[in-house]
Amino acid sequence: MSIDIKTMNVEPKRQTFAHVARRLGSDATASRYEEGVYDLQATTHFHYRPIWGPEYWTFDEGRTAIKMKDWYVFKDPRQFYYGTYTVTRANMHQTTDRNFAFEEKRNMLANIDEAWREMIVNYLIPLRHYEWGANMNACAVSDAGYGAALTSAMIFTTGDRLGIAQILSRIGIALSEGDGELLDQAKQAWMEADAWQGVRKAIEDSLVVEDWFEILLAQFLVMDGMVYPLVYNHFDTEGQKQGAAALSILCEFMVDWSAEHNRWVDAVVKNAVKESDENRALLSDWYGKWRNIMSEALQPQAAMVLGDGGEAALNEVCEQLDARASKLGLTL
Amino acid sequence: MTPPRKKKMNLKQRYALMTRGLDWETSYQKMDDVFPYDTFEGIKITDWSKWEDPFRLTMDAYWKYQGEKERKLYAVLDSFAQNNGQLGISDARYVNAIKLFLTGVTPLEYQAHRHFSHLGRHIRGVGPRVAAQMQSLDELRHAQTQIHTISHYNKYFDGFAEFPHMHDRVWYLSVPKSFFDDACSAGPFEFFTAISFAFEYVLTNLLFVPFMSGAAYNGDLATVTFGFSAQSDEARHMTLGIEVIKFMLEQHPDNLPIVQKWVDKWFWRGHKVLGLVAMMMDYMLPKRIMSWKEAWEIYFTEAGGALFEDLSRYGLRVPKYADIATDEAEHISHQNWAIFYQYTQAAGFHTWIPGDDELDWLSEKYPNTFDKYYRPRFEMWREMEAKGERFYNNALPQLCQTCQIPMGYTEPGDPTKIGFRSSVYKDERYHFCSDGCKDIFDDEPEKFSQAWLPVHQIFQGNCGGADLSDVLKWYHMDQGIDNMDYNGSPDQKQWDAWQAARKKVAG
Repeated sequence: MSIDIKTMNVEPKRQTFAHVARRLGSDATASRYEEGVYDLQATTHFHYRPIWGPEYWTFDEGRTAIKMKDWYVFKDPRQFYYGTYTVTRANMHQTTDRNFAFEEKRNMLANIDEAWREMIVNYLIPLRHYEWGANMNACAVSDAGYGAALTSAMIFTTGDRLGIAQILSRIGIALSEGDGELLDQAKQAWMEADAWQGVRKAIEDSLVVEDWFEILLAQFLVMDGMVYPLVYNHFDTEGQKQGAAALSILCEFMVDWSAEHNRWVDAVVKNAVKESDENRALLSDWYGKWRNIMSEALQPQAAMVLGDGGEAALNEVCEQLDARASKLGLTL
Repeated sequence: MTPPRKKKMNLKQRYALMTRGLDWETSYQKMDDVFPYDTFEGIKITDWSKWEDPFRLTMDAYWKYQGEKERKLYAVLDSFAQNNGQLGISDARYVNAIKLFLTGVTPLEYQAHRHFSHLGRHIRGVGPRVAAQMQSLDELRHAQTQIHTISHYNKYFDGFAEFPHMHDRVWYLSVPKSFFDDACSAGPFEFFTAISFAFEYVLTNLLFVPFMSGAAYNGDLATVTFGFSAQSDEARHMTLGIEVIKFMLEQHPDNLPIVQKWVDKWFWRGHKVLGLVAMMMDYMLPKRIMSWKEAWEIYFTEAGGALFEDLSRYGLRVPKYADIATDEAEHISHQNWAIFYQYTQAAGFHTWIPGDDELDWLSEKYPNTFDKYYRPRFEMWREMEAKGERFYNNALPQLCQTCQIPMGYTEPGDPTKIGFRSSVYKDERYHFCSDGCKDIFDDEPEKFSQAWLPVHQIFQGNCGGADLSDVLKWYHMDQGIDNMDYNGSPDQKQWDAWQAARKKVAG
């Protein structure tokens, strides 16, 4: 027997907003992602040229040399709107909190061999500044980018990178047994140690790049595409040999995040390349430029952590990134 | 067992390491190239480290609180949709208030997201930069949750479906749009003053609260849930607003005259935009919360008065023309509703003449003005309507160059005389509704002379054509569906049919 609850039958006049229906091809039920993102950015009849930069309107396609017929092809494969974004990150971070609690209870970081702990302070903790640079670059794209699909994803990344910088800071504080001493030491390394200057220079140079699409490609495909596998894969593997398995679980957030974020990066780059040969040429040029800068900048890092094995590891990272770039349609 | 960690930091130290500690003084690029926008306005910051973080929220805490709020909000929205919550509102006329909100306000939330990203990247101090980034996230949240809340209404009522298209084109929507364009095209400190302080701190209770309380009073459970959910975000934004003002004023005495000028400007800009809310409160809510005049007295005269008294120790005074704005609180809602009634053929929501009980309420709430100046006009229009001579104004109105509202406002102290002001700039004459709007133009004529004025654009042939039907088509407004009076609208017919069906079910 079925239970039949009587309700009033109320017929909807339409399933979704008209601009969403035009994009879907018909008035079909739309997802919350689609309704929350499509055509949300104003596109025309702006009133005043910004006094801080009158060459463009507030939202202006001319802020990048990349040209698109439709900026909403940059849909997020993760379908993140604010609600799904925050809930996903809250869940991920719950695991991180548990991992920190697990580590703290056993004081596992304190048990890492002294020499390797020093190494961690030199290779991992300064990355909180790298993440802060990435945060600024994501925020720059969220500011200057075109279309709500891109700018919403990029403010989520802005939050992600601040969050990751804070996880790295927590690791530093834990290694420091509760204070900021090692964070200061790591900052000094970022500012002064030879091994870091290439990376710091690359980040600072990216902060003054004017074309926001170049920033996007440089930071999220190239720089992250090298730093993340090198640090969270190669360096981490080495750390495990040195008894730093506790560190691996504290870095789990970054590993998971990077795999997820790369899906977005790849979708964006692929769609931009696919659009035209001009886009492909420009993106390929930028890729080549930043790939060379970064592969050089990371050499001393790789050598510092992996010794003789550094060169091979970095080569492997570069080859994998090149393969990924080719797959996205970039010309190497 | 290893001993527990020995060192402890307090929350403030820890938060500083988690934010300010991340930043560094660049050396491969000049700091002024990395942060090119935060000096040209003349605001002098001698020591960014003096910034007091008004709230100390790390990203993990942000994700956790906000994610929890989102879970709860969407549970209510799902339930509202499943149970046809739109049937529970006070009256379908109410829906017009949220049409105004979705077309006029929601796109501004998105603009706020973008411009807080601008500040979140370009302000040199780390404290305000992080706060701006979080606010950018919040503003995106508000845009998206508003769309998701109102999405259900869009399925059953007209006037919502083309909101982004309309926002960029429709004559009265250029009022809120130009307001926000003005803020975004200004420098970062002016934006902070305009949005974080003047709007979110001084005037927020006159925008956010009326809409959300209006929703509560009128049975709109979806919108009121959104309102409650956004409240703690708004509290953070307000704290940022007051901190920014105090910080600027504390940093250097030269900042005072600049900040005062911005406070004067943005108070007046905000006052004019809020005229739309005034009209919503006094005319569009079937169940009224309080009159606009009462809201103005509580939230501006009293609360704002106390605020400016507190700020007087920095030398800041009550905004210029606050007395005029207070005087206008007697008139602005009636004058605005009269404008929309006359131009109902070009409005994206429905209009009506208030019923007798509603006119009585207005008489009671506005004893000094309503019976004398406004009630006779509405009664005359009602009679004309009854005779089949419903009044439409078929002449396009002159717009104020600054606030872009049709020039229908009266002189301070003389509600029978329309106010006109004008200025000449580069051999062109520009028109204004008030001294406040004229002053703003005169201070930045190059900026305000650029305004995209809808009426001028129609006359120049840039809005689809010369006839009303061409312009409506260009607006994506369906004649007889999205526009015109509530009486006879498809919204009304459907609502009446629902009510009849419910009566039948109830027996």
